[in-house]
Amino acid sequence: MKIAFSTSGDNLDAPLYPRFGRTPKFLMYDLESKTFELVDNTQNLNAAQGAGIQAAQTVSRAGAGAVVTGHCGPKAFRVLAEADIEVYNTEAATVAEALTLYQTGKLVRAEASDVEGHWA
Amino acid sequence: MIITVASGKGGTGKTTLAVNLAAVMENPVVLLDCDVEEPNAQLFLNGASNQEEDLVHLLIPEVDATHCTGCGECAQFCRYGAIAVPRATAIVFPELCHGCGGCKLVCPSGAICEVERRIGKIETFTRNGIILHEGRLDIGVAMAPPLIRALKTRIRKDYTVIIDAPPGTSCPVIAALRGSDFAVLVTEPTPFGLHDLKLAVEAVRELELPFGVVVNRMGIGDERVHTFCQEEKIPILAEIPDDRNIAEAYSRGALLSEALPEYRPIFSNLLKRILQNGTFGKAEDSEKP
Repeated sequence: MKIAFSTSGDNLDAPLYPRFGRTPKFLMYDLESKTFELVDNTQNLNAAQGAGIQAAQTVSRAGAGAVVTGHCGPKAFRVLAEADIEVYNTEAATVAEALTLYQTGKLVRAEASDVEGHWA
Repeated sequence: MIITVASGKGGTGKTTLAVNLAAVMENPVVLLDCDVEEPNAQLFLNGASNQEEDLVHLLIPEVDATHCTGCGECAQFCRYGAIAVPRATAIVFPELCHGCGGCKLVCPSGAICEVERRIGKIETFTRNGIILHEGRLDIGVAMAPPLIRALKTRIRKDYTVIIDAPPGTSCPVIAALRGSDFAVLVTEPTPFGLHDLKLAVEAVRELELPFGVVVNRMGIGDERVHTFCQEEKIPILAEIPDDRNIAEAYSRGALLSEALPEYRPIFSNLLKRILQNGTFGKAEDSEKP
């Protein structure tokens, strides 16, 4: 399974970006091959609205089975849920730290968005 | 003639100017409060309500899951990202939909029909020959342009129309300005006022509208707004002084031209200048072929 980590950097030591929808990119980590690739999300950085919805479709298209991020809003959560993508919220500082937390079962799967939408 | 009162910066005096221009009109006038996120012209006009609320709706898509193939054409078309197709079926986010109807047109399987979504209402008030149509967005709705367009269907060709635009230079402002015969840009002589005036000037030039500037709160700030207007050959149509009495009348919700009649000529002269010579300010356009 692939896990999408929100990040502003391009390797495992990069910071975990706290916002799902407006993260500059996603680090897609493949649990089986232990490799990763980067998926750009910059088109959403300046979107007036709906960044989370687009980001959710981006990770869905990239084949993610789970998302590990800081915060995820209600619209993004709805799209991710519809696509059967699990969401995990964490305050881990780096992607590597978040990955370790995930692999050791220390992250709890979110049952709902953990922040309010910005427009509703 | 349609006169739109706009400004880049908020709080410069758009509503004050719009209601007082309407108040000094000798003939019946239609006033449209297009600042639909926070309409306040009625606070100063204090007109009689016609006791009717016209509800404004937007047509938004509804997806029939039994016909949707999940092809994603609709999501790809929607520039506002109001439709997502994460898997087999499209999901609609009504709060992001501008109601263009494009998704329905591009859907190859006829799975999209349109349903009404209420976005706000229009109320009408009258006082002394002024007909005020006020647009008011519902709480939680961030979709001003369609309501402004609905409001503008109240424009009557045989009336002078004064439009109180929202602040800023984004879509709602453009929706208010479009189709006007003249734009009055209200500003204040401060660096903030100048900064946002420049944006507003760019917007009205893009729309190719004749326009002029009114400087409010003269006496504060500096000379830079005047220098800018001189350099850009933009007429300064009127100046309203920074007077505590004006602020006090405003805070009571009084109509300035009635509470402080000494200021009435500022508005009547401004109106005269606009009505007599609605094309000045287009000076730079005359050089174009």
